[in-house]
Amino acid sequence: MFAWRDRLTVGQKLAIWAWGFLAVPVVFYCVIRFYPTFESFAISLTDWDVLSDPNFIWFENYVRLWNDPVFWQVLGNTFMYLLLGTPISLLIAFVVAYYLDQVRFMHGFMRALYFLPFLTTAVAMAWVWRWFYQPVPIGTFNNILATLGFAQQPFLRSTTQALPAILAPAIWAGLGFQIVIFLAGLRAIPSSYYEAARIDGAGKWQILTEITIPLLRPTVVFLVVISSIGFLRIFDQVFNMTPQGDGGPLNSTKPIVLYIYETGFDAFNMGYATAQTVILFLILLIITLIQLRLLRGR
Amino acid sequence: MTADAIGTGAAGSTRVGLFRGDKPIRPGRIVAWTILMMGGIAMVMPLVFMLSTSLKFPHEIYDLNLIPNEPTLENYTYVLADGRFYRWFINSLIVAIATTASVVFFDSLVGYTLCKFRFKGRAIVFVAILSTLMIPTEMLIIPWYNMARTFGWLDTYWGIMFPGMMTGFGTFLMRQFFESVPDDFIHAARIDGLNEFQIWWQVAMPLVTPALSALAIFVFLGNWTAFIWPLIATSTADLYTVPVGLSSFADEADVAWELIMTGASLATIPTLIVFLIFQRYIIRGVVLTGLKG
Repeated sequence: MFAWRDRLTVGQKLAIWAWGFLAVPVVFYCVIRFYPTFESFAISLTDWDVLSDPNFIWFENYVRLWNDPVFWQVLGNTFMYLLLGTPISLLIAFVVAYYLDQVRFMHGFMRALYFLPFLTTAVAMAWVWRWFYQPVPIGTFNNILATLGFAQQPFLRSTTQALPAILAPAIWAGLGFQIVIFLAGLRAIPSSYYEAARIDGAGKWQILTEITIPLLRPTVVFLVVISSIGFLRIFDQVFNMTPQGDGGPLNSTKPIVLYIYETGFDAFNMGYATAQTVILFLILLIITLIQLRLLRGR
Repeated sequence: MTADAIGTGAAGSTRVGLFRGDKPIRPGRIVAWTILMMGGIAMVMPLVFMLSTSLKFPHEIYDLNLIPNEPTLENYTYVLADGRFYRWFINSLIVAIATTASVVFFDSLVGYTLCKFRFKGRAIVFVAILSTLMIPTEMLIIPWYNMARTFGWLDTYWGIMFPGMMTGFGTFLMRQFFESVPDDFIHAARIDGLNEFQIWWQVAMPLVTPALSALAIFVFLGNWTAFIWPLIATSTADLYTVPVGLSSFADEADVAWELIMTGASLATIPTLIVFLIFQRYIIRGVVLTGLKG
């Protein structure tokens, strides 16, 4: 019974074990990851609407995207989230981490305070902030403004203020993560570098710009990529902070993922929605490639 | 990066002062410390406002006072009365625990295999799993929806869970951590007559428990707060997870902000309690997964 097993070499036995371990995962990745990826490209070339059979329509969905003013607006909004969100959150996180790193008294408590929002559910916090932005007498921000004698702000009701207003809780919730990553990065810089610089007579600003920031480069690249991808995929906040989750007023806050959701799951225009997901994929791919470039340049 | 550097903060120093390296306390430093502390308090203010309003009667929610004049648990009684929130909690717990268990098991098994075995096809599996990291989940939700619809998985726990049962991210994280397990241990175990599964489970796994708990925290948190896929995969309130349930509840409650804040508090309080207990582990785990992933 064991004769065939005895004839195998050790290497062959190990290979059998390895493939035994990988059997279920290989099936999972093929069925749940790879097949849907190809299916996605395929659906984007059809007019599939769930109810009737799909027809192959070549690149019609992509042509339609090109001519769709809402899609361009949505793309613009998405990049607004990214271009405002990433630098603002990274700057705040770095400044906080830079000083927090030097604080000794109640260091752990402060770090916990800054980190706490990261653990919250985006949906719950979206509703809390939605309440903050309401007009008087309900909204907290407008109440504070009124108490201090400032003019009322429309926030979520304005086409110009709504996007930053929705971005704020997204930045707020992500800060804790960025701060602890920066803190870890700062800790990893050997203190001998600082001591050497101080002996050489370098000032504080010089140490910051010539030692700390260059040595934090991998941390910064990592955080830029993570937060860029996060802001490009913003959805929960917009869906929960705009009335009927429509990305209003007048589409001024609608990001690409919300447009995908509406096209796919409100209008059931799956072919068109999938074409949008392919565009999102290409954008994320380009950002990832830029990241690899930057990391290699190290 | 040592684990020590991540977790212990500035506690190592013995000199007095608010800041590391201060001998006498300088006024500038007191100002900086105060600003930093105020910033930290501002960070948690939204949570304080949320909790405070959940304890107020409707007529009092317009006040900015943080301590309600007549605190009440009436909102909680009302929100919990029909049992929906309990149901959503159970759903979220089932989904998050089952997914976390699956991810921790399979990601570490695959990570271990890719790290410690040499066999034909290893490179292909490696690259294939790596390539899944490039595909955003948004691109897969429509095919997943199609799959769930075809097989009748919509409105089931499995329908919510199946896309996340294994992750490329966790696989590579674990592969990196298994590098630290010496091959000699594995050879010794083999000579002792353990089979490969026993070696992985009894020898290698106990050596990477910090990484396992970090991965578990990360995956659990991700599933607990996940929104878009559970929103698509479920259409009956009985199967909602906490975020989806809260979203529909808040929509329904319209302008009853004290009830919405109660719902938001209910969704948030459990994570806050867990954080207060396991603070150090959670931050360390997030840093570990963040930096190595």
